[in-house]
Amino acid sequence: MSDAGLAARQVTVSYGRQRVLDGVDLHIAPGETVGLRGPSGSGKSTLARVLALLHTPEGGHVSIDGVPIRGARHRVPAAVRTRVAILFQSPRAATDPRLSLADIVAEPLRATGVPAPAVRARTTELADLVGLTPDLLGRRPHAVSDGQLQRACLARALVHRPDYLICDEATAMLDASTQAHVAAVITAYQREHTAGVLLITHDTALMSRWASRGVDLAARPASPARPGSADHRDRALSRRS
Amino acid sequence: MTDLAAPSRLRRPRRPVPRTGRAGVAVAAVVLAGAVAACLLAPVLWPLDQSAVELGAIRLAPSGEHPAGTDDLGRDVLHRSLYGLRISLLVGAIAALVATVIGGCVGAVAGTVGGWVDRALMRVVDTIAALPHLLLGIFVVAMLRPSLGAVILSIGLTHWLSTARIVRSELLSLRTRPFIDAAISGGASRARVLTRHLLPHVLPRLALATTLMVPHAVWHETALSFLGLGLPPHLASLGNMINDGQRSLLTGAWWASLTPGLVLIVVTLALATLTGRWRDRLDPRVRAELNL
Repeated sequence: MSDAGLAARQVTVSYGRQRVLDGVDLHIAPGETVGLRGPSGSGKSTLARVLALLHTPEGGHVSIDGVPIRGARHRVPAAVRTRVAILFQSPRAATDPRLSLADIVAEPLRATGVPAPAVRARTTELADLVGLTPDLLGRRPHAVSDGQLQRACLARALVHRPDYLICDEATAMLDASTQAHVAAVITAYQREHTAGVLLITHDTALMSRWASRGVDLAARPASPARPGSADHRDRALSRRS
Repeated sequence: MTDLAAPSRLRRPRRPVPRTGRAGVAVAAVVLAGAVAACLLAPVLWPLDQSAVELGAIRLAPSGEHPAGTDDLGRDVLHRSLYGLRISLLVGAIAALVATVIGGCVGAVAGTVGGWVDRALMRVVDTIAALPHLLLGIFVVAMLRPSLGAVILSIGLTHWLSTARIVRSELLSLRTRPFIDAAISGGASRARVLTRHLLPHVLPRLALATTLMVPHAVWHETALSFLGLGLPPHLASLGNMINDGQRSLLTGAWWASLTPGLVLIVVTLALATLTGRWRDRLDPRVRAELNL
Protein backbone atom coordinates (compact mmCIF):
# COMPACT_ATOMS: atom_id res chain seq x y z
CA MET A 1 0.00 0.00 0.00
CA SER A 2 1.12 3.54 0.46
CA ASP A 3 3.45 5.25 2.87
CA ALA A 4 2.47 7.65 5.68
CA GLY A 5 -0.48 9.89 4.99
CA LEU A 6 -4.24 10.08 4.59
CA ALA A 7 -5.27 8.63 1.28
CA ALA A 8 -8.37 8.03 -0.78
CA ARG A 9 -7.98 5.06 -3.13
CA GLN A 10 -10.33 4.71 -6.09
CA VAL A 11 -13.15 6.22 -4.07
CA THR A 12 -16.55 5.97 -5.73
CA VAL A 13 -19.70 7.53 -4.27
CA SER A 14 -23.21 7.78 -5.65
CA TYR A 15 -26.31 9.41 -4.25
CA GLY A 16 -29.10 7.27 -5.65
CA ARG A 17 -28.33 6.91 -9.35
CA GLN A 18 -26.20 10.02 -9.42
CA ARG A 19 -22.50 9.18 -9.36
CA VAL A 20 -20.68 11.95 -7.54
CA LEU A 21 -17.17 10.54 -7.25
CA ASP A 22 -15.82 7.96 -9.63
CA GLY A 23 -12.54 6.27 -8.83
CA VAL A 24 -10.92 9.27 -7.18
CA ASP A 25 -7.40 9.06 -5.74
CA LEU A 26 -6.02 11.61 -3.34
CA HIS A 27 -3.07 11.54 -0.99
CA ILE A 28 -2.23 13.93 1.83
CA ALA A 29 1.20 13.43 3.38
CA PRO A 30 1.94 14.48 6.99
CA GLY A 31 2.81 18.17 7.16
CA GLU A 32 1.55 18.79 3.65
CA THR A 33 -1.21 21.19 2.63
CA VAL A 34 -3.18 19.97 -0.36
CA GLY A 35 -5.59 22.34 -2.05
CA LEU A 36 -8.69 20.84 -3.64
CA ARG A 37 -10.63 22.80 -6.23
CA GLY A 38 -13.55 22.05 -8.43
CA PRO A 39 -16.82 23.53 -9.63
CA SER A 40 -19.95 23.32 -7.48
CA GLY A 41 -21.35 19.82 -7.48
CA SER A 42 -18.09 18.16 -8.40
CA GLY A 43 -18.08 16.17 -5.16
CA LYS A 44 -15.53 18.14 -3.11
CA SER A 45 -17.59 18.04 0.07
CA THR A 46 -18.44 14.38 -0.48
CA LEU A 47 -14.74 13.61 -0.80
CA ALA A 48 -14.15 15.61 2.39
CA ARG A 49 -16.77 13.54 4.23
CA VAL A 50 -15.29 10.31 2.92
CA LEU A 51 -11.82 11.33 4.05
CA ALA A 52 -13.16 12.43 7.45
CA LEU A 53 -14.56 8.87 7.83
CA LEU A 54 -18.13 10.17 7.86
CA HIS A 55 -19.32 8.54 4.66
CA THR A 56 -18.70 5.00 3.43
CA PRO A 57 -17.76 4.97 -0.25
CA GLU A 58 -19.36 2.30 -2.45
CA GLY A 59 -16.08 1.61 -4.11
CA GLY A 60 -12.50 2.11 -2.98
CA HIS A 61 -11.43 2.99 0.54
CA VAL A 62 -9.66 5.47 2.75
CA SER A 63 -6.37 4.56 4.37
CA ILE A 64 -4.40 6.18 7.15
CA ASP A 65 -0.65 5.57 7.09
CA GLY A 66 -1.21 2.69 4.72
CA VAL A 67 -3.81 0.96 6.89
CA PRO A 68 -7.11 0.65 5.03
CA ILE A 69 -10.17 1.81 7.01
CA ARG A 70 -13.33 -0.25 6.66
CA GLY A 71 -16.68 1.50 6.98
CA ALA A 72 -17.27 4.96 8.36
CA ARG A 73 -18.84 6.84 11.27
CA HIS A 74 -19.36 4.58 14.30
CA ARG A 75 -17.95 1.51 12.59
CA VAL A 76 -14.54 3.15 12.84
CA PRO A 77 -13.08 3.10 16.38
CA ALA A 78 -13.13 6.51 18.10
CA ALA A 79 -9.34 6.49 18.41
CA VAL A 80 -9.04 6.27 14.62
CA ARG A 81 -11.91 8.69 13.93
CA THR A 82 -10.35 11.41 16.01
CA ARG A 83 -7.12 11.29 13.99
CA VAL A 84 -8.93 13.07 11.15
CA ALA A 85 -10.72 16.30 12.03
CA ILE A 86 -13.07 18.24 9.79
CA LEU A 87 -13.95 21.91 9.72
CA PHE A 88 -17.24 22.61 7.95
CA GLN A 89 -18.22 25.56 5.83
CA SER A 90 -21.12 26.68 7.99
CA PRO A 91 -20.29 26.96 11.70
CA ARG A 92 -24.01 27.47 12.40
CA ALA A 93 -24.94 24.08 10.99
CA ALA A 94 -21.91 22.44 12.57
CA THR A 95 -22.68 23.40 16.17
CA ASP A 96 -25.37 22.21 18.52
CA PRO A 97 -27.46 25.34 19.21
CA ARG A 98 -28.07 24.24 22.81
CA LEU A 99 -24.43 24.16 23.89
CA SER A 100 -22.24 27.07 24.96
CA LEU A 101 -19.04 27.69 23.01
CA ALA A 102 -17.02 26.24 25.89
CA ASP A 103 -19.14 23.07 25.80
CA ILE A 104 -18.82 22.85 22.03
CA VAL A 105 -15.03 22.87 22.32
CA ALA A 106 -15.00 20.52 25.32
CA GLU A 107 -17.57 18.03 24.00
CA PRO A 108 -15.17 15.77 22.04
CA LEU A 109 -12.96 15.48 25.14
CA ARG A 110 -15.88 14.63 27.41
CA ALA A 111 -17.17 12.17 24.81
CA THR A 112 -13.89 10.28 24.94
CA GLY A 113 -13.76 10.18 28.73
CA VAL A 114 -11.10 12.81 29.42
CA PRO A 115 -11.21 13.84 33.14
CA ALA A 116 -12.79 17.23 33.91
CA PRO A 117 -9.66 19.16 35.01
CA ALA A 118 -7.84 18.15 31.81
CA VAL A 119 -10.90 19.16 29.75
CA ARG A 120 -10.92 22.60 31.38
CA ALA A 121 -7.22 23.11 30.82
CA ARG A 122 -7.34 22.08 27.18
CA THR A 123 -10.44 24.19 26.48
CA THR A 124 -8.80 27.29 27.95
CA GLU A 125 -5.61 26.62 26.02
CA LEU A 126 -7.48 26.27 22.72
CA ALA A 127 -9.75 29.25 23.36
CA ASP A 128 -6.59 31.28 23.82
CA LEU A 129 -5.11 29.88 20.65
CA VAL A 130 -8.09 30.70 18.44
CA GLY A 131 -8.78 34.02 20.16
CA LEU A 132 -12.01 33.39 22.07
CA THR A 133 -12.43 35.47 25.22
CA PRO A 134 -13.96 33.92 28.39
CA ASP A 135 -17.03 36.08 27.81
CA LEU A 136 -17.58 34.50 24.40
CA LEU A 137 -17.01 31.00 25.75
CA GLY A 138 -20.06 31.28 27.97
CA ARG A 139 -22.36 32.27 25.10
CA ARG A 140 -24.40 30.04 22.88
CA PRO A 141 -24.07 29.98 19.07
CA HIS A 142 -27.00 32.35 18.46
CA ALA A 143 -25.26 35.05 20.48
CA VAL A 144 -21.98 35.11 18.56
CA SER A 145 -20.96 35.96 15.00
CA ASP A 146 -20.12 33.44 12.30
CA GLY A 147 -16.44 34.27 12.63
CA GLN A 148 -16.44 33.71 16.39
CA LEU A 149 -18.35 30.49 15.97
CA GLN A 150 -15.96 29.21 13.31
CA ARG A 151 -13.09 29.91 15.74
CA ALA A 152 -14.86 27.67 18.26
CA CYS A 153 -15.27 25.02 15.54
CA LEU A 154 -11.56 25.25 14.79
CA ALA A 155 -10.76 24.82 18.49
CA ARG A 156 -13.06 21.79 18.56
CA ALA A 157 -11.38 20.34 15.46
CA LEU A 158 -7.96 20.65 17.07
CA VAL A 159 -9.00 19.44 20.51
CA HIS A 160 -7.85 15.85 19.97
CA ARG A 161 -4.61 16.96 18.25
CA PRO A 162 -5.59 15.31 14.94
CA ASP A 163 -3.00 14.14 12.44
CA TYR A 164 -5.09 15.39 9.54
CA LEU A 165 -7.40 18.37 9.21
CA ILE A 166 -9.93 18.75 6.43
CA CYS A 167 -11.17 22.29 5.82
CA ASP A 168 -14.31 22.15 3.69
CA GLU A 169 -14.57 25.77 2.51
CA ALA A 170 -14.02 26.60 6.15
CA THR A 171 -13.02 30.21 5.57
CA ALA A 172 -15.52 31.05 2.83
CA MET A 173 -17.99 32.74 5.17
CA LEU A 174 -15.43 34.71 7.16
CA ASP A 175 -14.16 38.26 6.86
CA ALA A 176 -10.56 38.83 5.78
CA SER A 177 -9.04 39.29 9.23
CA THR A 178 -10.77 36.22 10.73
CA GLN A 179 -9.79 34.25 7.65
CA ALA A 180 -6.15 35.26 8.11
CA HIS A 181 -6.30 34.36 11.80
CA VAL A 182 -7.87 30.95 11.17
CA ALA A 183 -5.27 30.26 8.47
CA ALA A 184 -2.46 31.32 10.81
CA VAL A 185 -3.72 29.06 13.62
CA ILE A 186 -3.98 26.09 11.27
CA THR A 187 -0.53 26.72 9.78
CA ALA A 188 1.03 27.02 13.23
CA TYR A 189 -0.67 23.82 14.38
CA GLN A 190 0.41 22.07 11.21
CA ARG A 191 4.05 23.07 11.72
CA GLU A 192 4.03 21.98 15.35
CA HIS A 193 2.35 18.61 14.79
CA THR A 194 3.37 17.94 11.17
CA ALA A 195 -0.32 17.53 10.41
CA GLY A 196 -1.62 17.05 6.90
CA VAL A 197 -4.24 19.57 5.77
CA LEU A 198 -6.76 19.30 2.96
CA LEU A 199 -7.92 22.73 1.91
CA ILE A 200 -11.12 22.84 -0.11
CA THR A 201 -11.72 26.30 -1.46
CA HIS A 202 -12.91 28.37 -4.40
CA ASP A 203 -10.47 31.10 -3.43
CA THR A 204 -7.52 30.71 -5.80
CA ALA A 205 -5.49 33.39 -4.01
CA LEU A 206 -5.84 31.63 -0.67
CA MET A 207 -5.03 28.31 -2.25
CA SER A 208 -1.90 29.47 -4.07
CA ARG A 209 -0.64 31.19 -0.93
CA TRP A 210 -1.34 28.36 1.45
CA ALA A 211 -1.42 25.02 -0.34
CA SER A 212 1.80 23.32 -1.25
CA ARG A 213 0.02 21.35 -3.98
CA GLY A 214 -3.26 21.79 -5.78
CA VAL A 215 -5.66 19.17 -7.08
CA ASP A 216 -8.57 19.81 -9.43
CA LEU A 217 -11.71 17.75 -9.08
CA ALA A 218 -13.37 18.04 -12.46
CA ALA A 219 -17.10 18.31 -12.95
CA ARG A 220 -18.63 14.90 -13.38
CA PRO A 221 -19.95 14.11 -16.82
CA ALA A 222 -23.61 14.83 -17.41
CA SER A 223 -24.40 11.28 -18.42
CA PRO A 224 -23.10 8.34 -16.41
CA ALA A 225 -19.79 7.58 -18.08
CA ARG A 226 -18.59 4.09 -18.72
CA PRO A 227 -16.59 3.31 -15.64
CA GLY A 228 -13.03 2.48 -16.46
CA SER A 229 -12.84 4.37 -19.72
CA ALA A 230 -9.53 6.20 -19.97
CA ASP A 231 -11.20 9.40 -21.05
CA HIS A 232 -13.46 9.41 -18.04
CA ARG A 233 -10.72 8.76 -15.56
CA ASP A 234 -8.73 11.68 -16.87
CA ARG A 235 -11.68 13.97 -16.40
CA ALA A 236 -12.45 12.68 -12.96
CA LEU A 237 -9.19 13.84 -11.55
CA SER A 238 -6.40 15.82 -13.11
CA ARG A 239 -3.49 17.03 -11.08
CA ARG A 240 -1.45 20.13 -11.45
CA SER A 241 2.03 20.34 -9.95
CA MET B 1 -27.40 33.21 -6.73
CA THR B 2 -28.65 35.67 -9.32
CA ASP B 3 -32.36 35.22 -8.82
CA LEU B 4 -32.70 36.11 -5.19
CA ALA B 5 -35.96 37.85 -6.01
CA ALA B 6 -37.51 34.70 -7.40
CA PRO B 7 -38.80 33.19 -4.14
CA SER B 8 -40.71 36.36 -3.24
CA ARG B 9 -42.37 36.37 -6.64
CA LEU B 10 -43.37 32.76 -6.26
CA ARG B 11 -44.48 33.01 -2.65
CA ARG B 12 -48.18 32.59 -2.28
CA PRO B 13 -50.07 34.96 0.01
CA ARG B 14 -50.16 33.34 3.42
CA ARG B 15 -53.49 32.04 4.49
CA PRO B 16 -54.34 33.27 7.96
CA VAL B 17 -54.30 30.36 10.38
CA PRO B 18 -57.41 30.42 12.56
CA ARG B 19 -56.30 30.82 16.14
CA THR B 20 -57.98 31.06 19.47
CA GLY B 21 -57.70 34.61 20.76
CA ARG B 22 -56.19 35.64 24.06
CA ALA B 23 -59.57 35.70 25.77
CA GLY B 24 -60.28 32.13 24.64
CA VAL B 25 -56.96 30.92 25.96
CA ALA B 26 -57.52 32.72 29.27
CA VAL B 27 -60.96 31.13 29.66
CA ALA B 28 -59.54 27.71 28.82
CA ALA B 29 -56.76 28.17 31.37
CA VAL B 30 -59.20 29.20 34.10
CA VAL B 31 -61.55 26.29 33.31
CA LEU B 32 -58.73 23.79 33.34
CA ALA B 33 -57.15 25.20 36.49
CA GLY B 34 -60.56 25.08 38.19
CA ALA B 35 -61.19 21.52 37.05
CA VAL B 36 -57.79 20.31 38.22
CA ALA B 37 -58.15 22.12 41.56
CA ALA B 38 -61.62 20.63 42.04
CA CYS B 39 -60.29 17.16 41.26
CA LEU B 40 -57.42 17.55 43.70
CA LEU B 41 -59.50 19.01 46.52
CA ALA B 42 -62.65 16.91 46.07
CA PRO B 43 -61.66 14.02 48.40
CA VAL B 44 -60.94 16.51 51.19
CA LEU B 45 -63.87 18.89 50.78
CA TRP B 46 -66.56 16.57 49.50
CA PRO B 47 -65.75 12.88 50.04
CA LEU B 48 -67.71 10.35 48.00
CA ASP B 49 -68.73 6.85 48.94
CA GLN B 50 -68.59 5.21 45.49
CA SER B 51 -71.04 2.47 46.34
CA ALA B 52 -73.55 4.54 48.36
CA VAL B 53 -77.09 4.27 47.08
CA GLU B 54 -80.00 6.44 48.23
CA LEU B 55 -83.18 4.80 47.11
CA GLY B 56 -85.33 7.61 48.48
CA ALA B 57 -83.84 10.14 46.09
CA ILE B 58 -84.04 8.37 42.72
CA ARG B 59 -84.08 10.54 39.57
CA LEU B 60 -84.65 13.86 41.31
CA ALA B 61 -84.65 16.84 38.96
CA PRO B 62 -82.02 19.55 39.50
CA SER B 63 -82.80 21.55 42.64
CA GLY B 64 -81.06 23.50 45.38
CA GLU B 65 -80.03 20.34 47.18
CA HIS B 66 -78.89 18.48 44.05
CA PRO B 67 -77.86 21.17 41.52
CA ALA B 68 -77.48 18.61 38.72
CA GLY B 69 -80.17 16.18 39.94
CA THR B 70 -79.73 12.55 40.97
CA ASP B 71 -79.38 9.36 38.92
CA ASP B 72 -81.42 6.15 38.95
CA LEU B 73 -79.74 5.01 42.16
CA GLY B 74 -80.27 8.30 43.93
CA ARG B 75 -76.67 9.47 43.65
CA ASP B 76 -75.84 13.17 43.20
CA VAL B 77 -74.90 13.71 39.54
CA LEU B 78 -72.70 16.77 40.12
CA HIS B 79 -70.81 15.03 42.88
CA ARG B 80 -70.18 11.93 40.79
CA SER B 81 -69.27 14.02 37.69
CA LEU B 82 -66.50 15.62 39.70
CA TYR B 83 -65.12 12.21 40.65
CA GLY B 84 -65.63 10.98 37.09
CA LEU B 85 -63.52 13.85 35.80
CA ARG B 86 -60.86 12.95 38.33
CA ILE B 87 -60.61 9.43 36.98
CA SER B 88 -60.81 10.56 33.36
CA LEU B 89 -58.02 13.12 33.72
CA LEU B 90 -55.86 10.65 35.61
CA VAL B 91 -56.38 7.95 33.00
CA GLY B 92 -55.83 10.46 30.19
CA ALA B 93 -52.56 11.75 31.60
CA ILE B 94 -51.11 8.34 32.45
CA ALA B 95 -52.22 6.80 29.15
CA ALA B 96 -50.65 9.71 27.24
CA LEU B 97 -47.41 9.11 29.15
CA VAL B 98 -47.51 5.38 28.41
CA ALA B 99 -48.09 6.12 24.71
CA THR B 100 -45.22 8.61 24.69
CA VAL B 101 -42.81 6.18 26.32
CA ILE B 102 -43.69 3.37 23.87
CA GLY B 103 -43.72 5.69 20.84
CA GLY B 104 -40.54 7.45 21.94
CA CYS B 105 -38.66 4.17 22.34
CA VAL B 106 -39.85 2.72 19.02
CA GLY B 107 -39.15 6.00 17.20
CA ALA B 108 -35.71 6.33 18.79
CA VAL B 109 -34.72 2.78 17.82
CA ALA B 110 -36.06 3.17 14.25
CA GLY B 111 -34.48 6.60 13.81
CA THR B 112 -31.05 5.74 15.15
CA VAL B 113 -30.51 2.12 14.15
CA GLY B 114 -32.03 2.56 10.69
CA GLY B 115 -31.76 -0.13 8.02
CA TRP B 116 -34.01 -3.20 8.23
CA VAL B 117 -34.87 -2.54 11.90
CA ASP B 118 -36.33 0.83 10.88
CA ARG B 119 -38.23 -0.70 7.96
CA ALA B 120 -39.62 -3.52 10.10
CA LEU B 121 -40.72 -1.19 12.91
CA MET B 122 -42.36 1.22 10.50
CA ARG B 123 -44.29 -1.61 8.85
CA VAL B 124 -45.55 -2.61 12.32
CA VAL B 125 -46.61 1.01 12.85
CA ASP B 126 -48.38 1.10 9.47
CA THR B 127 -50.16 -2.17 10.20
CA ILE B 128 -51.44 -1.03 13.57
CA ALA B 129 -52.38 2.36 12.12
CA ALA B 130 -54.47 0.58 9.49
CA LEU B 131 -56.73 -0.91 12.19
CA PRO B 132 -59.42 1.24 13.83
CA HIS B 133 -57.82 2.06 17.16
CA LEU B 134 -61.02 2.07 19.19
CA LEU B 135 -61.59 -1.51 18.05
CA LEU B 136 -58.02 -2.39 18.96
CA GLY B 137 -58.48 -0.72 22.35
CA ILE B 138 -61.62 -2.77 22.96
CA PHE B 139 -59.68 -5.89 22.04
CA VAL B 140 -56.93 -5.09 24.55
CA VAL B 141 -59.41 -4.39 27.37
CA ALA B 142 -61.32 -7.55 26.55
CA MET B 143 -58.11 -9.54 26.83
CA LEU B 144 -57.20 -8.01 30.19
CA ARG B 145 -60.66 -7.66 31.80
CA PRO B 146 -61.99 -4.14 32.46
CA SER B 147 -60.02 -2.27 35.13
CA LEU B 148 -58.20 1.02 35.51
CA GLY B 149 -54.89 -0.53 34.43
CA ALA B 150 -56.44 -2.25 31.42
CA VAL B 151 -58.00 1.00 30.20
CA ILE B 152 -54.71 2.89 30.56
CA LEU B 153 -52.82 0.12 28.81
CA SER B 154 -55.31 -0.16 25.98
CA ILE B 155 -55.10 3.57 25.26
CA GLY B 156 -51.33 3.60 25.62
CA LEU B 157 -50.90 0.57 23.36
CA THR B 158 -53.02 2.05 20.57
CA HIS B 159 -51.84 5.68 20.63
CA TRP B 160 -48.05 5.54 20.37
CA LEU B 161 -47.99 5.46 16.57
CA SER B 162 -47.92 9.18 15.84
CA THR B 163 -45.32 9.73 18.56
CA ALA B 164 -43.10 7.03 17.07
CA ARG B 165 -43.38 8.63 13.65
CA ILE B 166 -42.58 12.09 14.98
CA VAL B 167 -39.52 10.91 16.92
CA ARG B 168 -38.26 8.83 14.01
CA SER B 169 -38.62 11.59 11.41
CA GLU B 170 -37.01 14.12 13.73
CA LEU B 171 -34.08 11.82 14.35
CA LEU B 172 -33.67 11.05 10.65
CA SER B 173 -33.48 14.73 9.78
CA LEU B 174 -31.20 15.52 12.74
CA ARG B 175 -28.85 12.67 11.90
CA THR B 176 -27.75 14.30 8.66
CA ARG B 177 -26.96 17.65 10.28
CA PRO B 178 -23.27 18.63 10.30
CA PHE B 179 -23.19 19.05 14.08
CA ILE B 180 -23.91 15.35 14.45
CA ASP B 181 -21.11 14.63 11.96
CA ALA B 182 -18.87 16.85 14.07
CA ALA B 183 -19.80 14.94 17.23
CA ILE B 184 -19.09 11.58 15.58
CA SER B 185 -15.84 12.88 14.17
CA GLY B 186 -14.93 14.05 17.69
CA GLY B 187 -15.21 10.48 18.97
CA ALA B 188 -18.71 10.44 20.48
CA SER B 189 -20.22 6.96 20.81
CA ARG B 190 -23.66 6.04 19.46
CA ALA B 191 -25.15 6.31 22.93
CA ARG B 192 -23.59 9.70 23.53
CA VAL B 193 -24.75 11.08 20.19
CA LEU B 194 -28.26 9.86 21.00
CA THR B 195 -28.49 11.11 24.58
CA ARG B 196 -26.43 14.27 24.30
CA HIS B 197 -27.16 15.56 20.80
CA LEU B 198 -30.26 13.93 19.36
CA LEU B 199 -32.78 13.40 22.16
CA PRO B 200 -32.51 16.89 23.68
CA HIS B 201 -33.67 18.26 20.33
CA VAL B 202 -36.59 15.84 20.16
CA LEU B 203 -37.79 16.32 23.75
CA PRO B 204 -39.80 19.55 23.27
CA ARG B 205 -41.72 17.91 20.46
CA LEU B 206 -42.22 14.78 22.50
CA ALA B 207 -43.61 16.85 25.38
CA LEU B 208 -45.96 18.57 22.95
CA ALA B 209 -47.15 15.26 21.50
CA THR B 210 -47.85 13.98 25.03
CA THR B 211 -49.88 17.03 25.95
CA LEU B 212 -51.90 16.88 22.76
CA MET B 213 -52.61 13.25 23.52
CA VAL B 214 -54.24 13.94 26.89
CA PRO B 215 -57.65 15.23 25.67
CA HIS B 216 -57.70 12.46 23.09
CA ALA B 217 -57.00 9.85 25.76
CA VAL B 218 -59.77 11.30 27.96
CA TRP B 219 -62.21 10.84 25.10
CA HIS B 220 -61.03 7.30 24.66
CA GLU B 221 -61.44 6.41 28.30
CA THR B 222 -64.96 7.80 28.14
CA ALA B 223 -65.73 5.87 25.00
CA LEU B 224 -64.50 2.59 26.52
CA SER B 225 -66.46 3.19 29.73
CA PHE B 226 -69.54 4.10 27.74
CA LEU B 227 -69.28 0.80 25.91
CA GLY B 228 -69.12 -0.96 29.26
CA LEU B 229 -65.47 -1.94 28.79
CA GLY B 230 -63.95 0.74 30.93
CA LEU B 231 -64.05 1.00 34.67
CA PRO B 232 -66.23 -1.18 36.90
CA PRO B 233 -69.83 0.23 36.88
CA HIS B 234 -69.88 1.37 40.51
CA LEU B 235 -66.85 3.65 40.00
CA ALA B 236 -67.73 7.17 38.92
CA SER B 237 -66.27 7.82 35.49
CA LEU B 238 -67.66 10.21 32.91
CA GLY B 239 -68.20 7.39 30.44
CA ASN B 240 -69.94 5.16 33.01
CA MET B 241 -72.21 8.02 34.01
CA ILE B 242 -73.21 8.92 30.45
CA ASN B 243 -73.90 5.25 29.84
CA ASP B 244 -76.04 4.93 33.00
CA GLY B 245 -77.81 8.17 32.09
CA GLN B 246 -79.01 6.63 28.83
CA ARG B 247 -81.47 4.44 30.72
CA SER B 248 -82.79 7.35 32.75
CA LEU B 249 -83.21 9.37 29.57
CA LEU B 250 -86.11 7.14 28.49
CA THR B 251 -87.89 7.90 31.74
CA GLY B 252 -87.51 11.65 31.22
CA ALA B 253 -84.51 12.19 33.54
CA TRP B 254 -82.43 14.10 30.99
CA TRP B 255 -80.09 15.52 33.65
CA ALA B 256 -78.37 12.23 34.44
CA SER B 257 -76.26 12.35 31.25
CA LEU B 258 -76.21 16.11 30.77
CA THR B 259 -73.74 17.14 33.49
CA PRO B 260 -71.09 14.45 32.86
CA GLY B 261 -71.41 15.16 29.11
CA LEU B 262 -70.98 18.89 29.61
CA VAL B 263 -68.03 18.39 31.97
CA LEU B 264 -66.38 16.14 29.38
CA ILE B 265 -66.90 18.60 26.54
CA VAL B 266 -65.85 21.70 28.47
CA VAL B 267 -62.74 20.20 30.04
CA THR B 268 -61.44 18.46 26.90
CA LEU B 269 -62.13 21.62 24.88
CA ALA B 270 -60.16 23.67 27.40
CA LEU B 271 -57.31 21.14 27.27
CA ALA B 272 -57.34 21.06 23.48
CA THR B 273 -57.40 24.86 23.28
CA LEU B 274 -54.39 25.23 25.54
CA THR B 275 -52.34 22.47 23.94
CA GLY B 276 -53.29 23.72 20.48
CA ARG B 277 -52.10 27.18 21.40
CA TRP B 278 -48.83 25.77 22.67
CA ARG B 279 -48.43 23.74 19.50
CA ASP B 280 -48.95 26.82 17.32
CA ARG B 281 -46.39 28.78 19.26
CA LEU B 282 -43.82 26.05 19.56
CA ASP B 283 -43.71 24.46 16.18
CA PRO B 284 -45.95 24.86 13.19
CA ARG B 285 -44.07 22.08 11.43
CA VAL B 286 -45.47 19.18 13.41
CA ARG B 287 -49.11 20.23 13.11
CA ALA B 288 -49.76 17.98 10.17
CA GLU B 289 -47.95 15.01 11.72
CA LEU B 290 -49.80 15.14 15.02
CA ASN B 291 -53.17 15.31 13.32
CA LEU B 292 -55.16 14.87 16.51
